[in-house]
Amino acid sequence: MLRFLGKRLLQVIPILILVSIFIFLFVHMIPGDPARLVAGEDATIEDVELVRKELGLDKPITEQYVTYMKNLFRGDFGTSLKTNRSVSYEIGERFMPTFWLTVWSMLWAVAAGLLIGVISATKRNKWQDYLGMFGAVSGLSLPSFWLGLMLIQLFAVTLGWLPSGGMDSWKSYILPAFTLGTGVAAVVARFTRSSLMDVLKEDYIRTGRSKGLNERRITWGHGLRNAMIPVVTMTGLQFGFLLGGSVVIESVFSWPGLGKLLIDSVAYRDYPVIQGEMLIFALEFILINLVVDLLYGILNPQIRYE
Amino acid sequence: MVDLKVSNKEAYYQQTLENTPSKTPFAEFWRKFKKQKLAFVSFFFVVFLILMAFIGPFITPYDITEPDYENVLSGPSAKHWAGTDAYGRDIFSRVLAGTQISLYVGLTSVLLGAIGGTFLGIVAGYYGKRIDSLIMRMCDVLLAFPGILLAIGIIAILGPGLGNVIIAVAIFSVPMFARIVRSSTLAVKSTLYIEATKSIGTRPKRIIWKHIFPGTVSSIIVYFTMRIGSAILTAASLSFLGLGAQPPSPEWGAMLSGGRDYLNIAPHVTIFPGIAIFVTVLAFNLLGDGLRDALDPKIKE
Repeated sequence: MLRFLGKRLLQVIPILILVSIFIFLFVHMIPGDPARLVAGEDATIEDVELVRKELGLDKPITEQYVTYMKNLFRGDFGTSLKTNRSVSYEIGERFMPTFWLTVWSMLWAVAAGLLIGVISATKRNKWQDYLGMFGAVSGLSLPSFWLGLMLIQLFAVTLGWLPSGGMDSWKSYILPAFTLGTGVAAVVARFTRSSLMDVLKEDYIRTGRSKGLNERRITWGHGLRNAMIPVVTMTGLQFGFLLGGSVVIESVFSWPGLGKLLIDSVAYRDYPVIQGEMLIFALEFILINLVVDLLYGILNPQIRYE
Repeated sequence: MVDLKVSNKEAYYQQTLENTPSKTPFAEFWRKFKKQKLAFVSFFFVVFLILMAFIGPFITPYDITEPDYENVLSGPSAKHWAGTDAYGRDIFSRVLAGTQISLYVGLTSVLLGAIGGTFLGIVAGYYGKRIDSLIMRMCDVLLAFPGILLAIGIIAILGPGLGNVIIAVAIFSVPMFARIVRSSTLAVKSTLYIEATKSIGTRPKRIIWKHIFPGTVSSIIVYFTMRIGSAILTAASLSFLGLGAQPPSPEWGAMLSGGRDYLNIAPHVTIFPGIAIFVTVLAFNLLGDGLRDALDPKIKE
């Protein structure tokens, strides 16, 4: 297990380096002069040169990258052009709201997705299956921002049961987490169904049946346990989908998280914040995938010896 | 079961009677595809949508940009089937005209992504070694920015606008196509007939175009169709966030974003463009599912 862990960690390092280079080059990829963009449209030539010096843009690009990496390790992500506060402060303030939103979305989505997937697989080609799978494909096709607006209209405006936005109490989580998780629940349901249907064809399931085990035990105990292995990997990838989706959902529900900050920064062309956010999102996603990989190794001993 | 056997027998006799050669792959595909009623219906709906994309803008009952301040935010009626928006413009007409934009963005972005991804995937899978790990690491980097985030990052570089949304969504489709095509290239490459072709000295270029590429087409088609749905959703989301199509464009996401401020008093402004997005994406997803089931030889009836 330790060797497997070490191998996985070693594989992540080149990706991390490449991602950091990619994000570092981000500012350089913007058409036009980055110093002028940062200084603003109506800055004088002197101002632009000052900004160029300040950002170190006058130095060779490799030196710039080294400085950038050194600063990153010190937790220095630069300064927001909009608020003049440090980017790490801006991001730090908004990290937890997004984190909890994605976690709650993931929890309900996985629970609902597994349940629907298992019911569909065991009631194959019956109405439960058709209903579940039609629901799932609909969930995949719903524009999440529209679903969010409709839920606000129904539960916040018409019925007045839940807040329409912001993050004040546990009630504030219900609508955004439900909206954000819908797509993931749909993917998990579809994936669980096909994975479980494959497993239920295996010989050991037939052995279980011939031993006289009851169906419930076979499905939940033997079937699902083995069907879970690919589902876990799939779910890890869906975390990325949630992080991306949070950008849209946070805008709908005025959620004080990273996603809303990103959209505001893009509108303001606040490049240091955009750069920092892209890095945080990528790091989080890479880290989650690493954890999922390790989990996969625990669930499936075969993987460890490959 | 009995019926099935009889009809199979009948088909068999029919075939021997007419002395036709065994079924073509297309006939086999069509037979399987027709059985999937939802996908079959979706196929015709997609054809209908494509038709609307061409003629929609010419058959709108009202001018889609002309404001009518006498008739602001009125609900659905016989005169305005889906009501009017904050400028008194007919929403049904605008949704109809917007079909073109959504389909155009969805199709071109996925097409560009598929071309780029297929090329990279075949090169990586066929040549292997260094070039393979280089291409695949690049894909890993792009995939490290999950979902819509990569597209937003690209928009942040290029600036908002529908053209840039197409580029962003295309780039965001490249790594997935590359991975899928690479794995089917590897599968085809290891078959005996490729080994045979190689042994008679066929040039790599010819092997790739005549033998490897056709072997990867079915997985490309399936993923292509499925991807269109998510590309349309992504583009609409970006427009909703103000990063894509700008008003007064009748793009569905932009229309929804415009209706947001009047959700309380005129929900229909938001409801109809949303339904249009949902139904369109649903049709492409159902079609993609049907194609997958009909093209995948592993799935038996």
